[in-house]
Amino acid sequence: MSVSVQQADFDAGAEIAALSAGREDVGAVASFVGLVRADKQAGAGADAAPSVRAMSLEHYPGMTEKALQAIVEEARGRWDICGVRVIHRVGRLVPGDRIVFVAVASAHRGEAFAACEFIMDYLKTRAPFWKKEETAAGGRWVDARESDDHAAGRWEATKQNG
Amino acid sequence: MVKVLFFAGLREALGAASESLALPAGIATAGALRDHLAARGQAWGALASMKNLRVAVNQRMVGLDAAVKDGDEVAFFPPVTGG
Repeated sequence: MSVSVQQADFDAGAEIAALSAGREDVGAVASFVGLVRADKQAGAGADAAPSVRAMSLEHYPGMTEKALQAIVEEARGRWDICGVRVIHRVGRLVPGDRIVFVAVASAHRGEAFAACEFIMDYLKTRAPFWKKEETAAGGRWVDARESDDHAAGRWEATKQNG
Repeated sequence: MVKVLFFAGLREALGAASESLALPAGIATAGALRDHLAARGQAWGALASMKNLRVAVNQRMVGLDAAVKDGDEVAFFPPVTGG
């Protein structure tokens, strides 16, 4: 199964190794690991809002897996890919914890890098996950970022031109 | 019947994660269903006031103009923030 939504942590090294295990056609594996950051919410120094103590990841069971699978299929349609692995964690995570893993195996690095970034950009805007930050001041749903829409939008332009 | 789901901040604002309801006569799109629910007033107004409300019909993200029919699963939620 190339897509997993799970509470458990993952072993990035083992996942990367599995993508090329027993194959001789893989020349490149590009991977991305997303982590929980203990961000200040606003301000600086003594004026800063409380830092993030933990984060809860909510998702839409059923749709989440389908949405991730659709993103992987779209990547497979755009690039020559040998294998893909996507893992997204849900539940309560603390700063330093891994949240998301994407790895793409291909014959050459260009496809692996591009497809890995594409999958992350689409995951950010199309997969039904929501983050709620826990701070000393209480809980707060994370706002979607326009920069994420722009990042995903770049690939739309690529598709039209290609 | 249609199954309606709410997620994240919207779920909290409504105090409801899901409900099943008979599709009211004349309601044929996700947007119309949204308006029908928002018209309940009070907390339900969040469905109309939420900026960039997203909708999925049968677990596919669609526009508010998407068709809704009996037996569908319709989900309303804020923009996603995973990754």
